Amino acid sequence: MNASAAIDRHEMEGADGVHGAGDAVRDAAAAVEIDVLATSARDALARYVLAIADDAMLIGHRDSEWTGLGPILEEDIAFSSMAQDEIGHALVLYGLLHEHFGAPDPDDQAFLRDAPDWRNTVLCELPRMDYAYSLIRRALYDLGAAMRYEALTASAWPALASAATKLAQEKKYHLIHDRAFIGRLGRATEESHDRLQRALDTTFAHALAMWEPVEGESELVEAQIVPASAALQQRWLDRICTFLVASGLTPPAHHDGAADAWVADVAPADVGGRKGIHSEHLVQLLDAMQGMYRSEPGVNW
Amino acid sequence: MSGGGEAGEVGPTLDRDTVLAALEDVKDPEIPVVSVVDLGIVQSIEIEERAVRVTITPTFSGCPALDVMRAEIRDRVLELGADSVEVVVALDPPWSSDRITPEARVRMAEIGIAPPPPASRFTADLMLDFVGPEIEAEVQCPFCGSAHTRLESAFGPTICRSLHYCEACLQPFERFKSL
Repeated sequence: MNASAAIDRHEMEGADGVHGAGDAVRDAAAAVEIDVLATSARDALARYVLAIADDAMLIGHRDSEWTGLGPILEEDIAFSSMAQDEIGHALVLYGLLHEHFGAPDPDDQAFLRDAPDWRNTVLCELPRMDYAYSLIRRALYDLGAAMRYEALTASAWPALASAATKLAQEKKYHLIHDRAFIGRLGRATEESHDRLQRALDTTFAHALAMWEPVEGESELVEAQIVPASAALQQRWLDRICTFLVASGLTPPAHHDGAADAWVADVAPADVGGRKGIHSEHLVQLLDAMQGMYRSEPGVNW
Repeated sequence: MSGGGEAGEVGPTLDRDTVLAALEDVKDPEIPVVSVVDLGIVQSIEIEERAVRVTITPTFSGCPALDVMRAEIRDRVLELGADSVEVVVALDPPWSSDRITPEARVRMAEIGIAPPPPASRFTADLMLDFVGPEIEAEVQCPFCGSAHTRLESAFGPTICRSLHYCEACLQPFERFKSL
């Protein structure tokens, strides 16, 4: 195909995209532009986008801490690449807030906000700990974020639906990665199993808190702009527990045969991230992540 | 306007095809045998008088080469005599590796990067798919052509490439990811 034909083809594909993962549902939910929303719904939507952007930014920063320190070269590269993906996802989402909600440019959102202004779930700000911990956290978060993006491809707000279509596709390689490493290490040796199990036991309750809704979420669910967090949490729980058991691990949850659903045996830990309540680890993280930018505003590096 | 003589007073003709041909000179800094047009990241070219607006879309959202390509596109179109050039980044429709031209796929393989297979639709159920073979195991070695290869790592030297190993010629190789 010559270049001109290539371009013509792209232009003809138009707004429906090549994959159109959300097309079926997008047809069902009439498109909503945010300027027709009530102020309360607009504010809730900005909070929602900020929450998932902050999740991506901070787990991206934490996983970037493995660069140069990974247990094997492939995992050093994998964590660095996944960190790069996450920061790219945060950039897309901060971009939505900048373009549609008058938020500062993405760099300023990431590098000039103090801890109480972050809306990430605490899971994403905790220290990287050991490799087993970082790997388990990745899997719990990756599947949750992938399912959230997948659901958001059907958002009635077209800008969010198209961003989510992009981000969901890029999650594919994270899931392949997590599946391969946890699937192998979960059954490889007693030590590898025990390390993953210990990591799972300490992380699971924090992962449950990822589904804390932002204030005003119900209004957005009503308008078919975002999926209900509670329903998504249940679907995530069913999938992640099935995955963990298949990997030889024991999630702190049990399967309710009558309801054919998994039920967590632990309560969500450190809920409140979506309201700006964080651990002391976020302050340390922001010191490291924002130091350069704050010391030389506008610096390029 | 695509008319205009060879020595027009306002410089050479500036039409869509001229701009497109010039963009063939802008290469992906991470894969220098492939241009931004080959990659399929150029979504549209609009020309009004001598103001040009080029819309591009990122391959991966975290691609660090995007800003480089954006700047080079601007410079290259300015060289054509445009008064102003705007390079806009749009996410919709999202980029797919299916957009990479057949010619570029051949050139990628020549430098040892296997081209991407047709993109599959994403679903989070992928995580639970333990029964099938490794995802996208059917990758042809760019050196010897054998399909007897395995995925070494889903992440390679750049975020758009994965690492593979050929059991036939015992060579590691990279593959452009399908997206």
